[in-house]
Amino acid sequence: MTPNQTDRLATRFIQFLVLIVVLILLFLLGDIIISGLPHISWHFLTSPASSFSAGGGIRDQLFNSLYLLVLTLIISFPLALGSAIYLSEYAGDNWFTSLIRTAIEVLSSLPSVVVGLFGYLLFVIEFHLGFSILSGAIALTFFNLPLLIRSIEGSLHAVPNSQREAGIALGLSNWRTIRGILLPMALPGILTGIILSAGRIFGEAAALIYTAGQSAPILDYTNWNPTASSSFLNPMRPAETLAVHIWKVNTEGVTPDAVSISAGSSAVLIIIILLFNFGARAIGNRMYKKMTGGK
Amino acid sequence: MLMHKKTLISTLVAFSLAGLLLGGCSSNSSSKKSSDSSDTKAAKVTKITAVGSTALQPLVEQAAQDYQATNKNVNLTVQGGGSGTGLSQVQQGAVQIGNSDIFAEQSSGIKAKQLVDHKVAVVGMTPVVNPKTGVKNVSMAQLRDIFTGKITNWQQVGGKDQKISVINRAQGSGTRATFESAVLEGKKAVTSQEQDSNGTVQKLVSTTPGAISYLAFSYVNDKVNALSINNVKPTDANVTDNKWTIWSYEHMYTKGQPNKATQGFLKYMNSGKVQGSLVNKLGYISIHDMKVTKNAKNVVAK
Amino acid sequence: MDDIQKKLASPSKASHEDIVGRIISYSCIAAIIILVISILYFITSRGLATFLTDHVNLWQFLTGKDWNPGSLNAQGKPQVGALPMIVTSFSVTILSALVATPFAIAVALFMTDIAPKSGTKFLQPVIELLVGIPSVVYGFIGLTVVVPVIRNLFGGTGAGILAGTIVLFVMVLPTITSLAVDALRAVPAYFRSASLALGATRFQTIYKVLLRAAMPRLLTAVIFGMARAFGEALAVQMVIGNAVLMPRNLITPTSTLTSQLTTNIGNTIMGTLPNNALWSLALILLLMSLVFNLLVRYIGKRGEIKS
Repeated sequence: MTPNQTDRLATRFIQFLVLIVVLILLFLLGDIIISGLPHISWHFLTSPASSFSAGGGIRDQLFNSLYLLVLTLIISFPLALGSAIYLSEYAGDNWFTSLIRTAIEVLSSLPSVVVGLFGYLLFVIEFHLGFSILSGAIALTFFNLPLLIRSIEGSLHAVPNSQREAGIALGLSNWRTIRGILLPMALPGILTGIILSAGRIFGEAAALIYTAGQSAPILDYTNWNPTASSSFLNPMRPAETLAVHIWKVNTEGVTPDAVSISAGSSAVLIIIILLFNFGARAIGNRMYKKMTGGK
Repeated sequence: MLMHKKTLISTLVAFSLAGLLLGGCSSNSSSKKSSDSSDTKAAKVTKITAVGSTALQPLVEQAAQDYQATNKNVNLTVQGGGSGTGLSQVQQGAVQIGNSDIFAEQSSGIKAKQLVDHKVAVVGMTPVVNPKTGVKNVSMAQLRDIFTGKITNWQQVGGKDQKISVINRAQGSGTRATFESAVLEGKKAVTSQEQDSNGTVQKLVSTTPGAISYLAFSYVNDKVNALSINNVKPTDANVTDNKWTIWSYEHMYTKGQPNKATQGFLKYMNSGKVQGSLVNKLGYISIHDMKVTKNAKNVVAK
Repeated sequence: MDDIQKKLASPSKASHEDIVGRIISYSCIAAIIILVISILYFITSRGLATFLTDHVNLWQFLTGKDWNPGSLNAQGKPQVGALPMIVTSFSVTILSALVATPFAIAVALFMTDIAPKSGTKFLQPVIELLVGIPSVVYGFIGLTVVVPVIRNLFGGTGAGILAGTIVLFVMVLPTITSLAVDALRAVPAYFRSASLALGATRFQTIYKVLLRAAMPRLLTAVIFGMARAFGEALAVQMVIGNAVLMPRNLITPTSTLTSQLTTNIGNTIMGTLPNNALWSLALILLLMSLVFNLLVRYIGKRGEIKS
């Protein structure tokens, strides 16, 4: 076989594998969306869940998922950003750095239920945070950090060294170079990392059962005081997220329409992540253009 | 343009820093907040947390919602986590109420004397089989032999020529403890598939040919066949006089005598409002309808 | 004169800034180290309780095949043999990574080198979307689609390592793919240009240059995928069967470390042997992933292209 034939054959093979993956993806997404879409209605999205009669909605769960996402990112993103900067710009190539890296990678492979119980015993009980969104957000930070650090570090690494040298040559401090030159260059990659980790937050259930809880108290969307117990902004209230809700109706749900609630919720979840993906990508591109001055 | 860049970057960094501070502070301030509220509002709002049995959770959760609508001075949180979690947490005093499917006496590691039992409902359980097995009734001895692995084909109990596949519940779960004490007479169940939730078991039994497992009454639907045992049908009425023997209480445990607010809620759980309608709606049997009692050693008395 | 001396002797504005930056990033890493240490300590101390307070023999724990921590065996010893779960966990993780890696690298190459435009536009968002599907949903699709298909093809109940592998394959695919894409993108463009300029075909470039240059990071992508597979509980639990039996083949019901942990942890009383034994499973999980990490790090270092 000539190299050219090999090349053609290999390309076909790669395309074939990609085709299989695409088919699997289409099947999965199609299955979820087709079986879920008929159950989504305005009523479904805007009414509270019902524990035993049919016709319950997912209003509170939907809001909780989004709120939890925001809180988790507020806690984990700065931490991840700082650590990634340390690892990519400051850390020396020695045993200590590689120990840190290993530790962070191990963090990501912990089973969710272990992190959930750890969060339960430490934050919920020991620190008296109670079953709360905050406890949930801290527990999710454990999964989030490795993913975020990896992707931020990767995108910082991908910035050519000439950029760093240029910054230093201009007399800027290291920190200034990082802030003003490296971060904007790395921004699209960082955003991808955030999107990926956001997906994980949306889909996580096991860790939240023991931390954020699996029941949603009735929320008052007109109460903007974050310290009131019924306020939707209160980070100290228990909160059932959409993924936990799906788990609950599937396992112990006694509502007669459990199947359709679960299908509808899954579809809503997918659609939100889809919107989020495209939105973040669009913003990322715009920011990148603005910051790098490119047209 | 340069200015533009700068402002954007500094906002980005400022945002992250603010986030970091907020992340740090919010945990501080919130712990302060919660201690504040317990100090200043102690007279007004009492916080009650109930954790434990996932089977009991829907009932308590709904009752708690109704109760809070009229009693603004309590703040009830109801969570799952499993009976074991409920019992160990209430024993440690971390929560006020521990929900459990089993008697505290039946689980090792729990000092049952410290805990006060409040029975709030009864759950009936029934063996269920895949509809295609063609079996409607078995004797108790046959059922025991199926779960201990002595009978392995449905033909042996008058069904089709099909291998029996046993789906058990998680070791240590309340459902399994109840089933084994009523059916197995101390014999050991065959090691087989295990699932820990009613929903999953129901799906598995309805799709796996030759499958047998057991479910709480409320999860039995038309896709699975509930078996009669010795020609007794699994109905609520048969449970109340112990003709149907596979049933258990749902317990809400408190450590010592409960405080006033907790007592108020437990009283509500036992009132006609809950026992008369909610309990039945959620598929349990009211504690008031029972004509017999069962103690922790499974001795039934009239 | 004094002025200049002072200026020269005291740190400049730039070095001040740098100190601030260092403090910020150092404190972040310190916070993370504290988090990691606290959770490691927590799991280790609970996991060791089985051996230290309940006096279970470590060797028996690792090689025993009977798992029934609530009851005693004929010799009056608790039955805590974790071997079936260890074997199954390893099997599903390795199998699913083996299956997923070629697909993931193919998709990554498609997105970086074969059809960068359409690949990135269409495939990337969809792959990122897959990460967000809750494991419960994967589990139920596995239970309602994969398990019946296996049952019809091979008989039995359908639950087992094969079903677990298929579900995990789909779950780890996005993780490995997106990290593999990063790995390939990080290969400098002049590697490609140089190879093509030498007259190499695209496949030769991919095989001889790209994949080798990206090897350490590709391996990292695979570990991350395996890590996800290792730690995944809810989805596997639904399709693996949860019977603590040695897997005899790919389609008999068996149990992974995570599925056993998730199924039983809520039913056990804290501080008792059944509960401690479950924490020991978590500890094994932790140690196994540590070993994997170190191993791959070593391979990665040896395979690295010195530039």
